[in-house]
Amino acid sequence: MFKRVLIANRGEIARRIIRTCRRMGIETVAVYSEADQNALFVREADQAFLLGPAPAPASYLNVEAVLEAARQSGAEAIHPGYGFLSENTGFARRITEMGLVFIGPEPHAVEAMGEKVPARNLMIAAGVPVAPGTTEPVQDPDLALTAAEQMGFPVLVKPSAGGGGIGMTVVENPEKLKGALKTAQGRAQRAFGSGAVFLEKYLPNSRHIEFQVLFDNYGKGVHLFERECSAQRRYQKVLEETPSPGLGGNDSLREQMGRAALEAAQAVNYRNAGTVEFIFGQGGEFYFLEMNTRLQVEHPVTEMTTGLDLVELQLRIAAGEPLPFEQSEVTRRGHAIEFRVYAEDPVTFMPSPGTLTVFRPPALSENVRLDSGVAEGDNVTPYYDPLLAKLVVWGEDRAEAIQRSREALENFQIEGIRHNLPLHLRILADERFLSGQYDTGLLSR
Amino acid sequence: MIDVKCPISGTVWQVLVEVGQEVGEEEDLLILESMKMEIPVAAPEDGKVAEILVEPNQPVQEGQVLLRLE
Repeated sequence: MFKRVLIANRGEIARRIIRTCRRMGIETVAVYSEADQNALFVREADQAFLLGPAPAPASYLNVEAVLEAARQSGAEAIHPGYGFLSENTGFARRITEMGLVFIGPEPHAVEAMGEKVPARNLMIAAGVPVAPGTTEPVQDPDLALTAAEQMGFPVLVKPSAGGGGIGMTVVENPEKLKGALKTAQGRAQRAFGSGAVFLEKYLPNSRHIEFQVLFDNYGKGVHLFERECSAQRRYQKVLEETPSPGLGGNDSLREQMGRAALEAAQAVNYRNAGTVEFIFGQGGEFYFLEMNTRLQVEHPVTEMTTGLDLVELQLRIAAGEPLPFEQSEVTRRGHAIEFRVYAEDPVTFMPSPGTLTVFRPPALSENVRLDSGVAEGDNVTPYYDPLLAKLVVWGEDRAEAIQRSREALENFQIEGIRHNLPLHLRILADERFLSGQYDTGLLSR
Repeated sequence: MIDVKCPISGTVWQVLVEVGQEVGEEEDLLILESMKMEIPVAAPEDGKVAEILVEPNQPVQEGQVLLRLE
């Protein structure tokens, strides 16, 4: 096992990785920007290196600065967390060239999944279901119209590069297609440096269900069941839970989706932890959406129900250990819900930087976990994403998890900035959520 | 003269208009970036861009005047 690991990230996920490293007797190296000098993760690591000024391109996205910190610290491996450099294959290659280990998949797998159009085609070849759509990027409005009419309106115009829903538009009718195509191309170009967009059939009232997979370096893989991520705003997840109410007790469908997730990962010779996202229609049909080639923000709900530590497994796999269990040995118990605590207005979803004059989490226990990057008095800057903390609650069943969540959320005090705890309490009072019959439109209707 | 104020602390990402340009109500004037989110700032009413007080990549504070319409 590694003696020393550098964490190329910040906030809650840096602390989360430090926690497991410490338990395993691995020394940790933090890297940070000028805006994070006093952050908890910097103080908790065994060593810390300043990368540069606050804006991410000068610090957390600065490959040279991170590699220099790795060299100076004597780290043997680098954990990229999520976001920032986690899916940057140039970064991963440089790490390998330095003789260090990148804790994640190999660059070819990240590249194969990085562009949506080629990834969809790869999945079709591997027999993994994908939603009806164009097999090539579309540019010409007339050809786009023909394709859209073939699959039937409404359709989604999606950038081939990138993710996170940026630049995605639903088009209800033929009149709006031309304008939407132009807007989406412009936004994709601005955000990802590539204006390539494609069309995909839009499934109304669909759910977003993803499967956690884990592969060792010897081709052996398992899935760790699903996570329901349908509670979203602006295509960004707000709350995740497992088991999925959308799948309910339908274990044969669950197994079928788990198998498809493994096939999707196998198609790119995947290694380490990854997540295969599916869109799940009202009739129980499911289609490959994308693969996230890194640890996910919402991994704690999987940990709370399976009892596994995903960061530990990532480290063991990266160090060359074989997967220590078979698919049949992966079991889970109870129900877990993760609430993303964002520095943002609970109604308009506008971000809200500022000073956390009060930050008092509820009582934590084996049923109530908090993955937090901040402490009372911290300044929440506009430079990075608005995620402050993740509250993760476990119960024997969904009803108990919801009840415990309500208590925990009511006893969570945050002041000084606008935050979305009121939104979470509203979701927990919403009939659609309580019945489990909700879809990705939950927060927009 | 109408002051168009910054709704949130962040950075100016793009300025979409020029001085002298006629703009309609709700037309986007510039785009801010804060916490990895694009935040368009729109014209509160019809007018003509009289003055632009910020430029791309400039950090801005909530309440700061970004541009003026007449």
